[in-house]
Amino acid sequence: MHSLLPLFIAIPLGAAFLGLIIAKLWRGVGGLFAFLSTLSLMVFSFLLLGSSPSIYKMGGWIPPVGINLVSDGLSTLMLVVINTVAFLAIVFSIKYMELYTAKPKYYALFMLMMAGMNGVALTGDMFNLFVFLEIASIASYALVAFGCEHEELEASFKYLILGGVASTLVLLGIAILYSTTGTLNMADIAQSLSTHGANKASLFALALLVMGFGVKGALVPFHAWLPDAHPSAPAPISAMLSGVLIKVLGIYALTRVIFHVFGFTPTLGAILMGLGGLSMVVGALLAIGQDDLKRLLAYSTISQVGYIILGLGLGTPLGIIGGLFHLLNHATFKSLLFMSSGAIEYSTGTRRLSQMGGLNKRLPVTTAGSTVGFLSVSGIPPFNGFFSKLIIIVACVAAHQYIYAGIAAFVGLFTLLYFLRVQRNLLFGDLPESLQGIKEVPFLMCFSLVVLAVLCLGLSFLYPLMSKTLLASARDALLNTSAYIKLVLGG
Amino acid sequence: MIVYLLTFILFVMGLYCLVAKKNVVKKVIGIVIMDYAVNLLLILVGYRRGGVAPILLKGMDRAKFTTQSVDPLPQALVLTSIVIGLGVLALMVALCIRLYEKYKTFDMSEIRRLRG
Repeated sequence: MHSLLPLFIAIPLGAAFLGLIIAKLWRGVGGLFAFLSTLSLMVFSFLLLGSSPSIYKMGGWIPPVGINLVSDGLSTLMLVVINTVAFLAIVFSIKYMELYTAKPKYYALFMLMMAGMNGVALTGDMFNLFVFLEIASIASYALVAFGCEHEELEASFKYLILGGVASTLVLLGIAILYSTTGTLNMADIAQSLSTHGANKASLFALALLVMGFGVKGALVPFHAWLPDAHPSAPAPISAMLSGVLIKVLGIYALTRVIFHVFGFTPTLGAILMGLGGLSMVVGALLAIGQDDLKRLLAYSTISQVGYIILGLGLGTPLGIIGGLFHLLNHATFKSLLFMSSGAIEYSTGTRRLSQMGGLNKRLPVTTAGSTVGFLSVSGIPPFNGFFSKLIIIVACVAAHQYIYAGIAAFVGLFTLLYFLRVQRNLLFGDLPESLQGIKEVPFLMCFSLVVLAVLCLGLSFLYPLMSKTLLASARDALLNTSAYIKLVLGG
Repeated sequence: MIVYLLTFILFVMGLYCLVAKKNVVKKVIGIVIMDYAVNLLLILVGYRRGGVAPILLKGMDRAKFTTQSVDPLPQALVLTSIVIGLGVLALMVALCIRLYEKYKTFDMSEIRRLRG
């Protein structure tokens, strides 16, 4: 299956630039190309699911000299998440983006962001990771500013400044890592660090990388840009940013570097758990008072990402399974919530909770979709959010981290509290006079909402199957560093 | 050793400019200075005092060449990094222009509609 790997980067890159050129003749081509390429990539990512770990050597150069693309269990999991959410976001965009102009540019930027994220998930080279990170980041800065209104520009500028500093820190870390080990290949660096042991320079590089990826992943205290940037983007982009981008650029890159390059240690685990616990609490506390629906969802993203990092930071097999399962679940329910907030904005023209109410009478599909999302994120059984949070809490108890287990349970209750408030203000109660004439959103938007809502319910029933296949192979990939080194350098 | 220290000072100067200045254009300049400091560090990593260019010509002794030449990889990395920096810089400047059109100011402390 290794011949599929470069397509994950080549298809979206090609679609981005070809789409822009052909759009001079026919403006509809951007949407068509985006639809076709995300559809094909989604199919390819599912094809990768059953296959064994593989490696693609760019230009035939043998590692550690050349750049290589590696697909192990973790990369496959990320590819499935990225490409599925991207496909649904594109389907949603087709109607939603009629609110905006310059659609070919939108699709081109979207495809560039996809190429960057797929590249980050696949690459086995540190500098290549930085390049793809920057491709995805630059596209996302531009997409946040896509509306070109006051708020969008301001949010994008803040995001750009913090993201730019983060990228510089990552590059600095990579430069120091290269100077101590003399190689850029992740497996080779891991081998060199494990034989020679970590010195002060490599620890400094690790600190820089944790800070850099921490900003990209919006972990508290590096989160300041997220509540501005995510609500300002168009709704399908918010879904992509919150559902996928921060996970790939932040969490995935962080876990890959920590588990596969530096090797997991209890100290690193404690740092991750601390960041995760802090993110959970701070995100939930800040979400309570928000009046803007999308801003509330953005704060909730910070809090939910904390759960993922907490699970991964435990370092036990169960904790990692919980973290990865929550990653999968968060990608589904947060994209569902952001897309339903987009659907609500599309029909009502506002995002203020105080100006809405009683939407269940006019928008049945959107109401159903957002209710499923609310129930999942607050952790109500039988929706998927409940099971992953439960696994994380059980893993905390099993690892004797009772304080974190308590925090996780407490934040879960808090999440339920603020989403109940949203639901009461938004969906039930009296419909304001100004919103009497609203209509349900078009079919294509409903399609994405319904698919994601079904996934939210379906993932919890699929868990027994996934815990043995998809999640288990991702966990084994994370825990078995020597297998990764052997795959890259020995294959 | 002193060159590394100077690079570090350049980096910190960029960071100071980014944090302390209110003008968005000055913030952009700060980021660019930080970026250049990291590029300089990358070049320094591969530099060798009195080294030769990493081009192996006919008739050169391989063993002697490897002890003399500078490391070519960081140079390739810096080229890539400069191009990426250029892309980010173009986007930042474009955003500054758009911000000025909307807010009629470059002062970041007055560009504050988002809060909470």
